[in-house]
Amino acid sequence: MTLTEKILARAADKPNVQAGENVWVKADILMTHDVCGPGTIGVFKREFGATAKVWDRKKIVIIPDHYIFTADSMSNRNVDILREFVKEQGLPYFYDVIDDPDGKWVFDATQGLLKKQYGANFAGVCHTALPQKGHTRPGEILFGTDSHTCMAGAFNQFATGIGNTDAGFVMGTGRLLLKVPETMHFRLEGELRPGVMAKDIILHCIGEIGFDGATYRALQFDGPGATSLSMDDRMTVANMAIEAGGKNAIFEFDAKTQAFVDQRCRANGTKENYEPVERDSEERFVYETTIDLSRLEPTVACHPDPGRRKLAKEMPDTKLDRAYMGSCTGGKTSDFLEFARILRGKKVIIDTFGVPATPEIVRDLQTTLWDDTSVWDILVNAGVKMTENASCSACLGGPVDTFGRMNTPLKCISATNRNFPGRMGHKESQVFLASPATVAASALTGHITDPRDYLG
Amino acid sequence: MQSVFHGPVYVVKDNIDTDQIIPAQYLTLVPTIADEYEKLGSYAMCGLPDSLYPTRFVESGQLDSRFPIIVGGRNFGCGSSREHAPIALGSAGTRIVIAESFARIFFRNSVATGELYPCECTDRLCEALETGETISVDIDACTITQAGTGKVFSFKPLGEVRPVVDAGGLFNFARKAGMIPA
Repeated sequence: MTLTEKILARAADKPNVQAGENVWVKADILMTHDVCGPGTIGVFKREFGATAKVWDRKKIVIIPDHYIFTADSMSNRNVDILREFVKEQGLPYFYDVIDDPDGKWVFDATQGLLKKQYGANFAGVCHTALPQKGHTRPGEILFGTDSHTCMAGAFNQFATGIGNTDAGFVMGTGRLLLKVPETMHFRLEGELRPGVMAKDIILHCIGEIGFDGATYRALQFDGPGATSLSMDDRMTVANMAIEAGGKNAIFEFDAKTQAFVDQRCRANGTKENYEPVERDSEERFVYETTIDLSRLEPTVACHPDPGRRKLAKEMPDTKLDRAYMGSCTGGKTSDFLEFARILRGKKVIIDTFGVPATPEIVRDLQTTLWDDTSVWDILVNAGVKMTENASCSACLGGPVDTFGRMNTPLKCISATNRNFPGRMGHKESQVFLASPATVAASALTGHITDPRDYLG
Repeated sequence: MQSVFHGPVYVVKDNIDTDQIIPAQYLTLVPTIADEYEKLGSYAMCGLPDSLYPTRFVESGQLDSRFPIIVGGRNFGCGSSREHAPIALGSAGTRIVIAESFARIFFRNSVATGELYPCECTDRLCEALETGETISVDIDACTITQAGTGKVFSFKPLGEVRPVVDAGGLFNFARKAGMIPA
């Protein structure tokens, strides 16, 4: 069996499963957020009754992160719906925007969008927050009401996005009927060259198979090249499996996985035991390829879909209005460090926005000093509009007052994950997806630029 | 159970993602709240670029669409996992989406909510049909008849998906089947 099949077989209490088979699996974690949480709670109450209790309080994680720093009253209300439900059910893992469990969330627009307006419990973007807060464990099953839930496949677990109705079902029963996906095999060899990042790996892969090339399938990444990647890098790769239509992505378990997961579970007091899955000698793949990471170059996915692959060096004629750094995919500490390495001591010449994925990343950037200057200040000095309000922000457009949202038909290079028409706001705007390094270099020139031109 | 659907069709091309079906700014509407469910329908397909799709799916000021059937190309419903997408279409009065292929989560959400019958066609119908023309869809016979020409196309049987949508979604089906208590 493949890694994905092994996890599903275990969760279904079966000795083995085959691709195409429908199986009932037990969930280890159900994650939801402010956009799909209220609807999921609505389904749960409608179907199981107004006084029903969730199947397991400790297995539900609620992370408001999408539409938080907006004066839109419906968005603020949705965070309040989550808080009421958490109180009613006594859920321990709720990462609220405010500290007062009896309060109401109201964003104060008069304070501006840059200065932080959250309390001590806020965790930021769900997919980045889940591992930071000790909720991702090897061998487990994670369901989330968000398509980028597949990011947690970096931790050797089965993680996939589901809708509100399925999530309401899981909330009440702890189970879900799944079709076992066929597995596509990506063996990674070699190591990335300077100026080339994990984002380039996944943009390359999606370009190979097409934006629907993995529909209903699992993507397994392994080999020495995969081992060479940091956990942040593996998360970037796994995150975008959905952009090829994939059901999930999965990496092997190794010492890096173990060190990360053990430390985070211990620090947060979450469940510490888990059982990873290892590769079998016999695996059946529907597709196989080997990618030499040392041959990859800075890559761009062009408007209007994530499969339109080009090399950054081929695109100097693509003029830009805006650059954007952030999201689960491109808003991690390591992403911002690469971004800052290129911008250090220089000035961007187009509007450039920086949105760290989580408050922990904000702190990392504000406390990491390069020659006595914080990385945060290096970016601000380079002309980047940096916000402390960690959230999904303009990655998916959101309400019109969202930080960085494109409210006119602009062209933007972005470290985010999706570029269908209208994704970041205006429906005639254009988004080009690239690595943090390519976003930085392009912000300096105003057109799509290979970051290797700026390596010191 | 209704098995023949008849009316004007709305035709779109490949990769209609969930942002085009229901733009992210309207996800503040909670589908299980009745008047917000209605409002979701009024925004259905409003993310389609006007330059490519000059005919509106829902006329401005209306809550419902005049198109009970949508025909798309490849990878219909790709992108986010938002269940608001099939719900917006269902709320607008659409019952059937016919496409060459569907993105996984959209397909599943259509069935789980019972809002839509997602039918996979074998011909490239989005090139053969035009927005506004009348068609009939028979989900028993798995046929699509173009009223103007009488031409008949086929689609793949809905199989195990059919009774779930017939029942009105996953929960109703699971209760009927005895999988969860009634």
